[in-house]
Amino acid sequence: MMRLPWFEHRAPESVQEAARILAAEGPSAMLIAGGTDLLPNMKRRHQAPKVLVSIRGLLKGEGAAVGAGTTLSEITRRSELPTGLRQAAQQVATVHLRNMGTLGGNLCLDTRCNYYNQNYEWRKAIDFCLKKDGHVCWVATASKRCVAASSTDCAPALLALGASVKLVSERQERELALEDLYNNDGIDYLTRRPDEILTEVRIPAASKSTYWKLRRRGAFDFPVLGVAAAVRTDGQIRLALGAVASRPFLVDKANDFLNGKTLTDEVIDEAARLVGSRAKPMDNTDLDLYWRKDLSAEFTRYALRELRGDDMREVRLRVARQPL
Amino acid sequence: MKVLGKPRRRVDGRAKVTGQTRFADDVVLPRMLHLRLLRSPHPHALIEEIRTEKASAHPGVHLVLTGKDFPVSFGILPVTQDEYPLAPEHVRYVGDPVAAVIAKDEQTAGEALELIEVKYRALKTISDPLEALQNPEPRIHAYSELGNIHRLQAFEFGDVDEALGKAHLVFEDMFFYEGNTHLAIEQHAAVAAVDPDGKLTLWSSTQVPHYVHRSLARVLQLPASHIRVIATPNGGGFGGKCDVCNHEMVAAKAALRLGRPVKVCLNREEVFYMHRGRHPVLMKLRTGVTREGKLTGMHLQTLVDGGGYGSYGVASTFYTGALQTVTYELPRYKFEAARVFTNKPPCGPKRGHGTPQPRFGQEVQLDKIAEKLGKDPAELRLGMVAKPDSLTANWLKIGSIGLAECIRQVVERSSWKSRYRKSGFGKGLGLACGAYLCGAGLPIYWNKMPQSGVQILVDRSGQVTVFCGATEIGQGSDDVLAAIVAEVLGIDPFTIRCVTGDTGITPVDLGSYSSRVTVMMGNAAIQAAQKIKDQIALAAAEQLEVAPDRLIFSNGKVFFESKTVTFAEAAGFAEEKFGTLGAVGSYKPPRAPGRFKGAGVGPSPAYSYTACVVEAEVDPATGWISVPKIWIAHDIGRTINPVLARGQVEGSVYMGLSEALMEEQVFRRLPPKLSDALVHKIPSLLEYKSLTSLDMPEVDTVLIEDPDPNCPFGAKEVGQGPLLPVMPAVANAIYDAVGVRIDELPITPDKVLKALELKAQGKEGRVGPVSFPRVPYPEPVEVAPPWEGGDGNAKKGAEKPKLKASAA
Repeated sequence: MMRLPWFEHRAPESVQEAARILAAEGPSAMLIAGGTDLLPNMKRRHQAPKVLVSIRGLLKGEGAAVGAGTTLSEITRRSELPTGLRQAAQQVATVHLRNMGTLGGNLCLDTRCNYYNQNYEWRKAIDFCLKKDGHVCWVATASKRCVAASSTDCAPALLALGASVKLVSERQERELALEDLYNNDGIDYLTRRPDEILTEVRIPAASKSTYWKLRRRGAFDFPVLGVAAAVRTDGQIRLALGAVASRPFLVDKANDFLNGKTLTDEVIDEAARLVGSRAKPMDNTDLDLYWRKDLSAEFTRYALRELRGDDMREVRLRVARQPL
Repeated sequence: MKVLGKPRRRVDGRAKVTGQTRFADDVVLPRMLHLRLLRSPHPHALIEEIRTEKASAHPGVHLVLTGKDFPVSFGILPVTQDEYPLAPEHVRYVGDPVAAVIAKDEQTAGEALELIEVKYRALKTISDPLEALQNPEPRIHAYSELGNIHRLQAFEFGDVDEALGKAHLVFEDMFFYEGNTHLAIEQHAAVAAVDPDGKLTLWSSTQVPHYVHRSLARVLQLPASHIRVIATPNGGGFGGKCDVCNHEMVAAKAALRLGRPVKVCLNREEVFYMHRGRHPVLMKLRTGVTREGKLTGMHLQTLVDGGGYGSYGVASTFYTGALQTVTYELPRYKFEAARVFTNKPPCGPKRGHGTPQPRFGQEVQLDKIAEKLGKDPAELRLGMVAKPDSLTANWLKIGSIGLAECIRQVVERSSWKSRYRKSGFGKGLGLACGAYLCGAGLPIYWNKMPQSGVQILVDRSGQVTVFCGATEIGQGSDDVLAAIVAEVLGIDPFTIRCVTGDTGITPVDLGSYSSRVTVMMGNAAIQAAQKIKDQIALAAAEQLEVAPDRLIFSNGKVFFESKTVTFAEAAGFAEEKFGTLGAVGSYKPPRAPGRFKGAGVGPSPAYSYTACVVEAEVDPATGWISVPKIWIAHDIGRTINPVLARGQVEGSVYMGLSEALMEEQVFRRLPPKLSDALVHKIPSLLEYKSLTSLDMPEVDTVLIEDPDPNCPFGAKEVGQGPLLPVMPAVANAIYDAVGVRIDELPITPDKVLKALELKAQGKEGRVGPVSFPRVPYPEPVEVAPPWEGGDGNAKKGAEKPKLKASAA
């Protein structure tokens, strides 16, 4: 089997202690919570941290905030959380991985690309790539920027809900809107500094929310498209997309268009068209990229129709292959 | 029948579900070392130099091996001995093994691999069959028949052009079937150790211990008597463990050199490189039909992408044509095939071995034919099902054939008549059939010895031990063995001890491939058990004072009316009378009627038949495909254990649907100006897509029992045949749902959507191959069909193809 590289494992007893270790060790240290993304990546030598700082069990969240250490399985069980987030969490990987994987981990998930998510020997055979150990982006050889895809399911759901996150380092704490956590860059995809710990997520109240995930199968697969939509308590509708860029993002054009409108079929079609024009999938993940782009509009229709109150259970069952 | 036909827990079931079964990776021996292979990062290159000093000096490393240590080549077929345990000079795909490190643990071995320096000189990469046809040089193998064409085959059984000329309609269609891999959950593993007396033992997750045994003797230059190969229970094989593997040879050599046990476990990516899976096949089918819907003749051309080595490829290529004739009456048949070498992992046998690809083409084409003739596809097929006890155009002998009943069952159970073409846009049903071998008629190396042997020991305690070289690969061969012996001897199968798949102590069986085990091992087991039974009956009859042939063996007793002894007592009488009790049985298939060169592939003691109806729902807005239900009926001859038989059918449906909808072994070629790389696109269980349980439909399984006289109690195969109709039935159901033809596999939603868009534009609503390259097929071997006065011999031999033909 593929083996992990050697590393030192630290298990601090508080967030403050973890932050001190991060500050002292510098960028050669990495955080580990569930490890469901990091450990396979370490086996493929995507990351080879000298020190792993375990924050498992430390990030429980205070007050109304959801702890970043909450497992994805717990998210699905907490009925007071918005539907869109729970649908997103429910569709991550498999039950075993959801039992280990955390909300914070899913938000910080490494970007993915099938020129990158391969083991060392495979990557050597293509002379590596821009994201790791090489110089060329094989997806778009003229590109100066890595186009690896953001593959988090929870982020688009939380973006639509208007969530914010708290980042804690040895010296400071800061809270930022979730959309500001991400860069559209497959390598430098997070604005989180290496010494910061994402500790909790604040989710404003919403009257309705939903998440539609496109993937080949009913389990295991990362999204090749995620469409999230939420109606805030003031009635404003927000759409967010996942897996069609190096970051999850709010679709501003569509959201501006939807402002103050009633979800008639015509309004939904126009919003879907606007979303479709913003999806820029690349040939670096599963399924045909033009088809994936086409489907971003159709999935937007699903999401908005569901918000409107249409019965989407049959479509949901067909797409997700499970009731959600 | 006391045992056969009754649903029963398999004899090895409890061990498997409680984790007690010892797979190859569970073998741990004292002082064991670990082996890892260094693999080529180049698709096509010559090795100029390998420097191993640094790796050898790495702490914890015991041995470094390279191609120099293995002067002798091997290969599963005698005609293609084209592989070396480690490539001596020429690497032919990314993943081709070039060196090995044996170290104290896997981690250390892995570290040392990075210290081996290999200098390569890159050669032009041949990435697909078109490139192989266009580039006779550089040659991937010097021995290939013509440039990079590994093998050309052509046969004609009756004048097909004439038959097509006289047809009411001639259908010409092209199909493409993408390659895919076995995806056994257990990755290949092996442990080699030297016994105190200097003999070698290899434990390996192999389907073919006998062939591994022979190859080890050849490669290691050791007498076969000094080698023992033990096939551990396989965690799935599906043909992926049918080949003799590099890692087995290297582990064996290392153990001999070091005098310590050596273990090797491939990781998942390496299994994708070992491959030997489904060949990608481009097909062209020309079929003539009468107005009434009878076939007049068929001309099939195939172009087969073989990858980097021969493997079973010559046989696979024959199989892309051989079994097209056994389902329906076909008066004349022409078959031309070419297998090319490309710089990709070698293809070989996967469940259905070479036959699913042309079966897909044929069954989809029949759907088109039925539509054009205005006939129901089920009725069309029922009108031309081949006859029992008949010969086919290519001289295959059909025994029992329960295909018509299979078709009637799935038609009835799926309410076909009221739903086909009547389900409304977006919903549809599709029907297809298939047939498969019950064991290949010939062994892969020429010999006239039995293909399966069984030995039975019985003693006074009533203990029955059965020895056979057959390999338990999850399919239930141990259960079949125990059940058949139990049936003959009238005892409980759970009391029998099966010792199998061990070349040191079990009689030769050629292995678990070509669906041969139930028929061949089963026949051998009946013979052995019957001999023992006769001895016991003779002895018990004396004691009970009855005629031996009046004794009944049942429920662990031997009796006639009120005169009863236990089986153990009866065995004791026999031991007293005859001495130690033992018997052997063996089996060799009947000689096939075909006499022409090439007639060796296709004959079988019997053929199994399957019919299948698939229900599909297609969302016209997205092309999204759902399959809510599949009905399948399989002519199994006789069911030995219905639980296992149904499991095999359902497993075949799973694999078939997965191939139909998503599985593909595909490659990335980087822009040639920037890189020579040609890499497997998705060598992982996550990204190589196969169905999950959430994607599995409801399966309605019917077992049809049409016993075949050549088979043990009439039992035919069930491991491979039921896969065959699934893929074309899916394609036909999609056509019924939304009226588009996807003539290539896998059928993905983007292809469906594209075909729907084409149709909306007024073009042909079809996605599939549109051209077939010029292939220099040789003049066919002409053989007259039995009904045209043939005697099974060729009229004239094939002419040698000329090299310039491929330069086009």
